[in-house]
Amino acid sequence: MAQLELFLQTLISGFLLGGLYALIALGMALIMGVMRIINLAHGDIMMMAMYIAFWLFTLFGIDPYVSVFIAAPALFLFGMGVQKYLLTPVMKVESILPHNQVILTVGLAMVLSNLATVLFTGNYRSTPVNYASNAWYLTDIWKGSPIELSLSMPWTLSFVIAIVITIALWLFLSKTDIGKSIRATSQDPDAALILGVNVNRMRMLTFGIGCALVACAGCLFIPIYYLYPSLGKQFTNVGFVITVIGGMGSTNGAVIGGLILGIFESMTATYIGMGWAPVGRFAIFVAALVFLPGGVASIIRRRKLGK
Amino acid sequence: MKKYLPLIIFTVLLAVPFIGFSTYIMHILILVLMWSVIGMAWNILGGYTGQVSFGHAAFFGVGAYTAGILYQHLGISAWWGLPASIVVLTALSLVIGYICLRLRGAYFALATLALGEICRVTAENLVDFTRGNLGILIKERTWVDKTWYFYIILFIAAVTYSIIKIVMESKLGYYFVAIREDQDAAESLGIDTTFYKTISLCLSGILTGTAGAFYMNYMGYIDPGVVFPLYDISIVTVMVVMVGGAATYGGPVIGAVIMVFLAEVIRSLPHIGAAHQTIFGIILIFIIMFLPNGIAGDYLKLFKIFRKHNRASS
Amino acid sequence: MNLIEVKNVSKRFGGLAALSEVTFELKQKEILGLIGPNGAGKTTMFNVINGFYPPSSGEVHLRGRKISNRKPHQVCKLGVARTFQVVRPLQRMSVLDNVIASAFMRAATKAQAEEVALEVLKFSNLHDDRETISKGLPLGKRKRLEIARALATLPEIILLDESFAGLNPTEINEQIEIVNKIRSERGITILIIEHHMKVIMSISDRIVVLNYGRKIAEGIPSEIGRSPTVIEAYLGEEHRA
Repeated sequence: MAQLELFLQTLISGFLLGGLYALIALGMALIMGVMRIINLAHGDIMMMAMYIAFWLFTLFGIDPYVSVFIAAPALFLFGMGVQKYLLTPVMKVESILPHNQVILTVGLAMVLSNLATVLFTGNYRSTPVNYASNAWYLTDIWKGSPIELSLSMPWTLSFVIAIVITIALWLFLSKTDIGKSIRATSQDPDAALILGVNVNRMRMLTFGIGCALVACAGCLFIPIYYLYPSLGKQFTNVGFVITVIGGMGSTNGAVIGGLILGIFESMTATYIGMGWAPVGRFAIFVAALVFLPGGVASIIRRRKLGK
Repeated sequence: MKKYLPLIIFTVLLAVPFIGFSTYIMHILILVLMWSVIGMAWNILGGYTGQVSFGHAAFFGVGAYTAGILYQHLGISAWWGLPASIVVLTALSLVIGYICLRLRGAYFALATLALGEICRVTAENLVDFTRGNLGILIKERTWVDKTWYFYIILFIAAVTYSIIKIVMESKLGYYFVAIREDQDAAESLGIDTTFYKTISLCLSGILTGTAGAFYMNYMGYIDPGVVFPLYDISIVTVMVVMVGGAATYGGPVIGAVIMVFLAEVIRSLPHIGAAHQTIFGIILIFIIMFLPNGIAGDYLKLFKIFRKHNRASS
Repeated sequence: MNLIEVKNVSKRFGGLAALSEVTFELKQKEILGLIGPNGAGKTTMFNVINGFYPPSSGEVHLRGRKISNRKPHQVCKLGVARTFQVVRPLQRMSVLDNVIASAFMRAATKAQAEEVALEVLKFSNLHDDRETISKGLPLGKRKRLEIARALATLPEIILLDESFAGLNPTEINEQIEIVNKIRSERGITILIIEHHMKVIMSISDRIVVLNYGRKIAEGIPSEIGRSPTVIEAYLGEEHRA
């Protein structure tokens, strides 16, 4: 019985983690889809958002969940700036080495994580919100339950908000004109150009939105996680592992990939050991590369074609 | 003259230990040569074959650990790591190649990045084998003096340089560049691209691993954070080549000189030292934007900038 | 004798059929034209013969040996070279190095490869441009460089994908001369995709017409020019456009 309890508890926490992971990967997948590049500074942009939330909480007592409304617009602007002043000019630069833009995002990641260390020291920080250890227990609802399961309140709250943001993004992409233009650019930039879409503006917007999404993820993570300057790399890895599992550039794939990775990592941590969770992450990444090159998205697509 | 330049530099370097430089300067020179080897090795795969790797720390680290583990578990000299790393790295390159080389473009870069991280985390967690974060320490160093270390790494660098020169002027070299320029066209001209990319990767991996094995012997201590880091090894390797000039013989050497000296200067500055990664990051961005083919590739551009500047000031 | 036999080849992408049940053969030392309106599946056909795509069904045979499950580099070694519709020279290499790279396939040493390359460059009137970096070549010469690279692999069959597109009349005449010489002097069999009707009618021995991935006609140029189905296929395209 204890075995089952442990398993179910691991599954639940994996699922909650997966929802947040999905939000990180969504931004990356969106950027990947439109720009055809991998933003290797993605996790560091999340780290910036977390510091914003941390300082707002520490200095002004603003709840991290409220900081979403400050951090997301701030990093939206930051992302647009990066696209406009760094990535777009580099597209025109000719060089022997390919993937200049990707290497550039690595440079950006180095600057951001190192600056954070210099400015804020390498100390671990957290926002000790007073509901941090609140939780709901299964036995509270069902007295006679043979097993005990708990649902942490901040984890659940973060998960629910992540779902809301994901739905909002989905509505934005499928219902609004700008959203449709972004999707068109993602599917075929040349065609979009012919149809009168301002591709450069869409790129800026997309990079901004991608950064805003990961900023939201940062604010949702800080109540339940620690913050330190070099944390970005870890989440960049999470992001691109999910994008590969999900299928490069596919937003649906990113959500499913996020859940898969969350559950998988949670299982590795419980049954093999905490330290091995990152190995599990990369093992699933390599497995996806080798056995499922198109990612989850390719399975979805095959279904749709009725094969 | 230009043809003999490498030979002249080699001869001058042979004489360096007789000058009587301080230990510190010798240390710097050894680091420069080591980074030249790593840069030249990366250049085979990235510069000539066009497969940008973000995971060369994997090769470097595994080379270092090969030497370290031979010492730690078998109790033999870590210098055996040099020949042993060739075997280990060939195997590792074949595995990495099998997984990554079917991928194109940025996917390849990502996969190598991930494999570098896998190596690091594995080394951290396989405590019985690698001693995890405790690292491996060689208790009795071979020499106190730097001279022999210098000659050994100079020898490795000279061999690396010659191998690349020979390879690049042979069929292999033509095929590497053909793959970089257009993989589909290369394939339809009868080039087995997967096979030749694997060869390029093996060559690059083995040479990088040799540098790693040397590092273990030279520094006497390694741990996963020292030999497997993404920024300090994998990305600095990319920078060495980018700063110097990708796909040039001399580029990685120039890049190594600049990067090592820069790193030393920045680290020694009182307040800025802690921010060395920021400065490296900014340099990287600057190079990508303005000197994408490095100093050896874009020196004409550099002249132009200076000339304009001179004219403006005079 | 049939060098290449394309037997009932179909190629589908997702749900779309780019080629359906195409059958034709390429006889030794002939020049066979492959024509059809845009999107007819001509380049897909090349990609199937050349090994980039495995056919969804059907087979391609070379001298009676099945080649449709082989990779492009293997097909090339068996003697089938190709050029690309969008010219793809190895941009940052000189013209000579470009050709040397492909000559290496059959050459044992660099000297041998260079010898073959120089001979091919003379043949295709590029000898004077051998030191130029190929990115700087004008389109006409780049198209010839494509052909030179293919020739340097010493093929038995060459697949030319729109080697005339975008050329001016003088360049076209020069190119026609080279294509004819490829057969007459080197004895190479040619399969050629071309949009330029006059060119294709004048140089082909036979023509195969594709439309929507199906073969709709096959015959000598004069027959094809008069065929109502072919005319309709082309007129249809103009009406739609």
